[in-house]
Amino acid sequence: MQVNGEFKPKIVAFCCNWCSYAGADLAGNNRLNYPAEVKIIRIPCSCRLNPMFILRAFQRGADGVILCGCHPGDCHYTTGNYYARRRMTLLFSMLDYLGIERERTRVEWVSAAEGAKFAATMNDFVQTVTKLGENRRLEDLRCKK
Amino acid sequence: MKQENLIDAVRDSSGVNPRKCMKCGKCTATCPAFEAMEYHPHQFVDMVERGKIEQLMQSKGIWNCLSCFACVERCPRNVKPAQLIEAVRLAVIRQQGMNHLKPEQIPELLNPDLPQQAITSAFRKYRK
Amino acid sequence: MMHRIGVFVCWCGSNIAATVDVKRVAEELGKQPGVVFATDYQYMCSQSGQELIQSAIKEHALTGVVICSCSPQMHETTFRRTVSKAGLNPYMLEIANIREQCSWIHKDKETGTEKAIVLGRAAIAKVQLNAPLKAGETPVTKRALVIGGGIAGIQTALDIAEAGYPVDIVESQPTIGGKMAQLDKTFPTLDCAACILTPRMVDANQQENITIYAYSEVEAVTGFVGNFHAKIRRKARYVDETKCTGCGLCTEKCPQKNVPNEFNLGMDHRRAVYIPFAQAVPKIATIDANYCKMLQEGKCGVCSKICAAGAIDYKQQDTFVEQDYGAIVVATGFRPISMEKFDEYAYSQSPDVVTSLEFERLMNAAGPTSGTLLRPSDGTHPKTLVFVQCVGSRCSDDGRGKPYCSKICCMYTAKHAMLCREKYPDTDVYVFYIDVRAPGKNFDEFYRRAAEEYGVHYIKGQVGKIVPEDGKLKVQASDLLANEQLHIDADMVILAAAIEPNPTARSLATMLTTPMDTNDFFTEAHPKLRPVESATAGIFLSGTCQGPKDIPETVSQASACAAKVMGLLHKDRLVGNPCIAQPDELMCNGCSSCEKVCPYGAITYADKEFRTFEGMKVRRVAQVNPAVCQGCGACTVACPSGAMDLKGFSNRQIMAEVDAICK
Repeated sequence: MQVNGEFKPKIVAFCCNWCSYAGADLAGNNRLNYPAEVKIIRIPCSCRLNPMFILRAFQRGADGVILCGCHPGDCHYTTGNYYARRRMTLLFSMLDYLGIERERTRVEWVSAAEGAKFAATMNDFVQTVTKLGENRRLEDLRCKK
Repeated sequence: MKQENLIDAVRDSSGVNPRKCMKCGKCTATCPAFEAMEYHPHQFVDMVERGKIEQLMQSKGIWNCLSCFACVERCPRNVKPAQLIEAVRLAVIRQQGMNHLKPEQIPELLNPDLPQQAITSAFRKYRK
Repeated sequence: MMHRIGVFVCWCGSNIAATVDVKRVAEELGKQPGVVFATDYQYMCSQSGQELIQSAIKEHALTGVVICSCSPQMHETTFRRTVSKAGLNPYMLEIANIREQCSWIHKDKETGTEKAIVLGRAAIAKVQLNAPLKAGETPVTKRALVIGGGIAGIQTALDIAEAGYPVDIVESQPTIGGKMAQLDKTFPTLDCAACILTPRMVDANQQENITIYAYSEVEAVTGFVGNFHAKIRRKARYVDETKCTGCGLCTEKCPQKNVPNEFNLGMDHRRAVYIPFAQAVPKIATIDANYCKMLQEGKCGVCSKICAAGAIDYKQQDTFVEQDYGAIVVATGFRPISMEKFDEYAYSQSPDVVTSLEFERLMNAAGPTSGTLLRPSDGTHPKTLVFVQCVGSRCSDDGRGKPYCSKICCMYTAKHAMLCREKYPDTDVYVFYIDVRAPGKNFDEFYRRAAEEYGVHYIKGQVGKIVPEDGKLKVQASDLLANEQLHIDADMVILAAAIEPNPTARSLATMLTTPMDTNDFFTEAHPKLRPVESATAGIFLSGTCQGPKDIPETVSQASACAAKVMGLLHKDRLVGNPCIAQPDELMCNGCSSCEKVCPYGAITYADKEFRTFEGMKVRRVAQVNPAVCQGCGACTVACPSGAMDLKGFSNRQIMAEVDAICK
């Protein structure tokens, strides 16, 4: 999206309810800044993230998608983030095949205590995606206004 | 060679992470060449960890290690002191710019029943 | 059907209102399709704020509510209660987090307002697809099963039974008591283990709410929290439990004398018919079918002839007990690891090299030497004793030992060394240690007493090798502080073997679908906050099956575990989480993908009849047990046909949120 001639990416962040969503809340509690381009969707566990959701986001014009979950071994549901990790690895190779830049999707483990990490991750991710520019590869033109 | 490069060279060529050592001393307890070495295996690991490689390279003791691998066999943390000693020997040799054994000489000297590293280190030791 | 949605934007004083133009947010969101009412208020969570929501629900006949406020972690429960009091289903509510994830992190009001509108839009899009959810309820069977009859199992069972609930203890050995029954004295107070344990065993036997199934094993467990069903195999003892009086005559007359006595770790012998020890509970004889001549060859029958009660029954078969339980407690305990991979310590070469548990028996008045410390090889009095710590503990990736610290060895070694010096002041006692770990009440004082008052030689270093030679054990060790290599001629060497979970734990974990760590210890639901519960609802952990522990810790965990079980059994019905997986049976092809990823074993399959183009057909379809499913959603992604969905976080709902954000 262009705002006053400046590119502002659309970023969708999927956060697991138990660690990363709480980590994002902590970032807020500590008033740690990160760009408003990041919009968070709460999911119960990182393993709830269907790779389809990411494809859908790209189709609808998202420029970057990030998944945050509990650190490996800390999953509230014991093994959920391991499933997420495997599925995302597969998705990455598929996106690669489709020609979507690898940097547009990311997986990060953020615990409920890592507000600072959450903010830093988001800052870094937005910066990376801004450099890449608009996502055109998967975008559905019919979704354009 | 610079100090840091030396530490890295020893760690790389030995493939040993000296930080895994929990200082139990089982290597020293098991060492048959204990009397002949001024730095004992556990000290050796500690000195590599602390970067005192040059001090080790000047030590006579490194050439007295039998490369029997008892310390490697019994270390509970998989630290492999004998491989560190071997790496320091290698550092000494490389610094001298010498390689005492020609590659083509090796196959005929090889005994398949012995650990390869023991053979090469023995050659280096006795041809010094 | 389009929902009638109400949007409520909270100011949170100035927390939100300072960086978000709440009036504009309410105004913009009011224009969204489906929204029939939108307003803003200073404090939505206050009494008057909640009343505002309730009256709006009634006045505008709202069917869905979106509250733009703080994080749902904060007030979701509050607002769910609010809307349900106004007659709306509590799950027809969504919260847009415009405080923690918006107003607090953005300084520019324009940016904050724009983002708040997008977040509100996403919540509206989601609530459009919300459906009323109702949490399922299941009844609770008020009976507990305790697997393992050591001190952990006994303590848990006693506590639960005293609260008035029936408990069954299943113990694989002929008697309860576990490892503690084999111990001599206990650190740091040196009270005799039998003196404090056996009264507990008797209590368990006499407590009318406790049923002890000794010499039994759990064969199968089905069901879920509150509604478990277990099948217990009662192994044949060849002795009628109802008739045997425990007089022990048969155990004296049995001609088969050379059976290794497992209670004394094979250091002496018992008969083929035996009672493990004098204070066994239940005190009933057991015939060891592997050694009994009558059972092996059909000849003998001495015990049967001499038993006055006529309790011997050579034709006895295994029997099964089936029972319903509300909660299951795992208390399977530990055992010392095998020493066979530690050849340098000559355990297999000399009988004078013993493990600490064997030493415990050698010091015990009821042990093979009646409590006199004698060398197992020649029965002489040992003069020099060497204790080796951390044998197999703290071994990282060497393939021989365990990576963890076994926790109890430092203290029991101090105890052994102290007892040795106390009973036999002429002995020389060496302890080789890596670190002495004595954090506990009176623990460090205890260890220091061993060194200071009893003159035990504590040496920092390890033993490298032991060679049996001329009746002595040549010990080669290092003294790291003196930087010396020591050579000691020892008479006995005692190895502090690492402990490992009971080998049956792994199969039990599979049966109960409870997670384990890589060392086969059961994993607790949360390492800090839920240390006695398993991640599987209704399964509780007691004692060393969860990790190495000493006796006081085991007993406290056992009692904590009992409290958790009582809390569960006290409830008449369990209310579940309604946000659980639900398969669409018409789309499900019964492929089992979902079952494989479910960490809770909540998915089963049923054959159901469906109407198809070719008439009625039976298909295998997935079924989710609402009492067991925790709603993680792993199955929803694994399902190749998209049949599985998660209520409250359905595919369509999340997609709608994505669309709203990317618009």
